[in-house]
Amino acid sequence: MTVSHNLDGAALDLELKGLIADVLGLDPEQAQAFGPDSGLFGHLPELDSMAVAGLLTEMEDRLGIVIEDDDVDGEMLETYGGLFAFAEAKLGGR
Amino acid sequence: MLSTWTPPAAEGTPAGGELLVAFDRGRKLRLLVCPAWFDEANKLRRFTIEVMRRLDRAGVDCLLPDLPGCNESLAPLADQTLEGWGAGMATAAESLRATHVLAIRAGALVAPALPGWHYAAQSGPKTLRGMIRARTIAAREAGLAETSEALMAEGRAAGLTLGGWTIGPALFAALEGAEPVLAPGQSDLAQSALGGPGLWLRAEPDEDAAQADRLAARIVQSLAGGPA
Repeated sequence: MTVSHNLDGAALDLELKGLIADVLGLDPEQAQAFGPDSGLFGHLPELDSMAVAGLLTEMEDRLGIVIEDDDVDGEMLETYGGLFAFAEAKLGGR
Repeated sequence: MLSTWTPPAAEGTPAGGELLVAFDRGRKLRLLVCPAWFDEANKLRRFTIEVMRRLDRAGVDCLLPDLPGCNESLAPLADQTLEGWGAGMATAAESLRATHVLAIRAGALVAPALPGWHYAAQSGPKTLRGMIRARTIAAREAGLAETSEALMAEGRAAGLTLGGWTIGPALFAALEGAEPVLAPGQSDLAQSALGGPGLWLRAEPDEDAAQADRLAARIVQSLAGGPA
């Protein structure tokens, strides 16, 4: 698994969208079209709790971050923008 | 191609046959496949069989035993242990006269010491972490407060049901410290060698013919004396 360090905004965006496409089996172009308001948890039928767990575990591996229980809330998972802001904050906070 | 194999009788349970999917034509090369576990077993089942079909066409016998307590097994999953599964796979390897092993994901934790490959090997702690996380997220959705820490403690003390799989305390505790170890003659085959994302990541079971082609080709190449 590639651990990406020092990802800037655009690289993180690309990585995060690629990761969502991998986990949900989406067409990469469909994931690349996500905007900040694109709905995730509760909007994509593929994204059930098991898939969310897979997504978070994959984020840990590929981004080199640790995600705690308390980090996981509705806001972070509801939209692509929320997930991106969370990943950015985690990477910046290391 | 459906057959059975007989694991060593566990304490207090009668010896019974477990399912074996076999492409067995009595050839010289005989590959034991140690399957992925739990939810990943379902996601990877078709992929696993597809790789076996390709190897069969390439002249390799393939043998896929059920782990006791999993898939078609009648044994209770809650009674299974890591040592028991390791002993079971070793018995299967011996009785089926396997010459090589392909261990998939957490299957690497119970692979017998034959030459072979660990495909995208997964550690015990990571296996538990993913399942615990799915449970805490589902609990939160249902308005229940469950923490990973409390669940880990419960798992160690009394066992835990994660994603519908009832893991007994002995297996749970053993998994907390279980790391895949390559035996002599074994090598890692990483997902990156297959040119696509691992199918265990998918929310639904899926297949990928190109990935199955590549995994089978790597094994055939390695059996022919090329680099793994």
